[in-house]
Amino acid sequence: MTMNKQAGAAQKGSKPTMAAFFDEMRYADGTIRPAYAKIAEWMNQQSKGGMARKQEEADAIFRRLGITFAVYGDTASNERLIPFDLIPRVVAAQEWRFLERGIEQRVRALNLFLYDIYHRQEIIRAGRVPADLIIGNEAFLPQMMGFDPPGKVYSHIVGTDIVRTGENAFFVLEDNLRTPSGVSYMLEDREAMMHLFPELFAAHRVAPVERYPEMLRQTLESVAPPACKSDPTLAVLTPGIFNSAYFEHSFLADQMGVELVQGSDLFIEDGALYMRTVTGKERIDVLYRRVDDNFLDPLAFHPNSTLGVPGLFDLYRAGGVTIVNAPGTGIADDKAVYAYVPDIIEFYTGEKPILSNVPTYRCSMADECGYVLNHLAELVVKEVHGSGGYGMLIGPHSTKAQLAEFEKKIKANPSNYIAQPTLSLSTCPSNVGAGSAPRHVDLRPFVLVGDKIRITPGGLTRVALQKGSLVVNSSQSGGTKDTWVLED
Amino acid sequence: MLGRTAASLYWMSRYIERAENIARLTEVGYRISLTPDIGFGHREDWKSTLIAAGCYEDYLARHKEINSEKVKHFLLFDRDNPSSVRSCLETARNNARAVRTALTREMWEALNSTYIDFTSVKQADLGSGKLPEFLDWVRQRSALFRGSMLGTLLRDEGFHFSQLGAFIERADNTARILDVKYYVLLPTNETVGGDIDAFQWETILRSVSAHRSYRHVYKDRYRPWNVAEFLILRPEMPRSFCFCYGWIERSLEGLSDMVGRPMPSLLEARTILNDLKNGHMDAIFQSGLHEFLNDFLKRNNQVSAHIAEDYHFL
Repeated sequence: MTMNKQAGAAQKGSKPTMAAFFDEMRYADGTIRPAYAKIAEWMNQQSKGGMARKQEEADAIFRRLGITFAVYGDTASNERLIPFDLIPRVVAAQEWRFLERGIEQRVRALNLFLYDIYHRQEIIRAGRVPADLIIGNEAFLPQMMGFDPPGKVYSHIVGTDIVRTGENAFFVLEDNLRTPSGVSYMLEDREAMMHLFPELFAAHRVAPVERYPEMLRQTLESVAPPACKSDPTLAVLTPGIFNSAYFEHSFLADQMGVELVQGSDLFIEDGALYMRTVTGKERIDVLYRRVDDNFLDPLAFHPNSTLGVPGLFDLYRAGGVTIVNAPGTGIADDKAVYAYVPDIIEFYTGEKPILSNVPTYRCSMADECGYVLNHLAELVVKEVHGSGGYGMLIGPHSTKAQLAEFEKKIKANPSNYIAQPTLSLSTCPSNVGAGSAPRHVDLRPFVLVGDKIRITPGGLTRVALQKGSLVVNSSQSGGTKDTWVLED
Repeated sequence: MLGRTAASLYWMSRYIERAENIARLTEVGYRISLTPDIGFGHREDWKSTLIAAGCYEDYLARHKEINSEKVKHFLLFDRDNPSSVRSCLETARNNARAVRTALTREMWEALNSTYIDFTSVKQADLGSGKLPEFLDWVRQRSALFRGSMLGTLLRDEGFHFSQLGAFIERADNTARILDVKYYVLLPTNETVGGDIDAFQWETILRSVSAHRSYRHVYKDRYRPWNVAEFLILRPEMPRSFCFCYGWIERSLEGLSDMVGRPMPSLLEARTILNDLKNGHMDAIFQSGLHEFLNDFLKRNNQVSAHIAEDYHFL
């Protein structure tokens, strides 16, 4: 079977529903699904004024806590609040079990793929993934060749983006294996809900998410480097307070009870990484970095970076420190590699993928590119290396001029783009000014990979609060809501 | 604890203390400006406030004349004045953001909500006598922050660095206020101990919320001699040098214990504290109050520099 057909097979096997939107609360005939029974009842009991007051209270909580984020290119209001939607999203127990199995399989396979890519590259030899897709890829780090990270884990913290289009139709949209963010919102959304609506929790058995920081700590400790002989010291590395995810960096360090460090706090001496403390120095064994690969070490990567530590990468390879996530994981969540993930799962696990990919057209392939250019108005086109909803074309919502512009861009550099059908994302009830209304959502569960795989039930639900919008990114005025996995 | 974290805690506290002190000074300026002008052409109340706030020159660099609206704007809202209440709160908050993990949630919330509420206030909203209410609010918010800190923060090194920032700043402010009084406020052709003088001393004491506690301690009318002693040597007066240095010494001892040996900053603070404990107003006035205050400000700055050095502030 050729690779081209493989990717094609995934498309035909599980075509996303294109017609009506799937409503997670109601069946097509308008009756309420069992998982939402009590939520629907509760929603009926709420007065408009009551919800408005709760919404104000919620916004005040988030603002006071400083849960804000910076939007790039938005200098006027540097810190903005991510809108919080009061109505929780409910995931039934059996739905979650299915997702959990699928995510675990996928994350396991992708870590095996990373190990292989940075060692013998069996998958390339077997002809299942083209060599130039990997070797010529910006996200591939030749510096990682032949190195065994502790536990052979590359991506320890994963945020798998999942969308739903039908009763049993779940698709993985992105794998996010580098430094996924959003977990602090998952935790704070739950905090806020428990504060605002304790009675709702009394009426449901909601799987807890609060253990995430503890599980993160266990995960990080389980991948201590060979040089560490006692209890490992952990630290979170942030680019600083002006980074858009700074709140999350400090939140996680705080929740784990570890130091939040910047590059300027760190130095390397006698084969170890140290932080400058008030009494001198303290050794760091595991560095959970929220700084991109390129900025980690000016000696190994971007020479002008001041966010990292000179010599960090050499020390990492020598086993003196563990960098989490490992550098070079981007090769496995690259949007061009994405199309091959079903093959990757089969190749390493011998199993069929449990979760489907969204059908993906690679503009690097002449025939697929031709299809994309002919159907631009129906497709979503993404830059292979873009993220956060930037540099993206949503065909059905674009003007003729925008379409023409993207056509030009794709023709100029086809391998920089992929395209996917416009997905009919499922909807959940959301609190909008005039009561509740269905809005489109996606889901980012958070996965921890160390001595074992730990998946927090639920995750971050992002919601496109603008009527009809399918873009859930916070940078594009999306909001978040609490996500409840019901226990049996 | 990271050296950078210690530095941020220290400066966070310094700037909150400074915001409070600027608010206190502004209130003094405002009160003085309300008193009837009794001649002599001395309407320099706002000038003295600017000098006490340490930003008279900065003000002159931007404005030609001393005008009460401009001064109020400069002291409270001006982003270009690093010591305006707004700038202080912003700097304090940026420092706090950088060390969120070292703060309790209550401390952060107290500071963050203060900053957020402050930014929604405009000078235009403060007309017709609303200024004192607003300045009260600033003081209350500073007290809220201090209270959250005292009530929730672990008594570890982070607490010591926060305390140091607050008391170094407070000592600095008290010295400036006193210095201004003695050399600027008093009109040259007015005698020491005259009516204006007494009124001005009272406002000084008011600015440090000590006009009533003074009566309790001295059971006497406001006399420059006593006021100076009250603000310099009295260990029970919570804004006096002696009180500030008692706490500075205590925190530096705590930190030195952690290191395992007395650090230079502790030795220096101890010397200052001993000088204050053994000090007499006679001697201070004899050698000149202004000289004494200048010398104290210099030593206070030195302690600050030594703290930064001893504990690896970046």
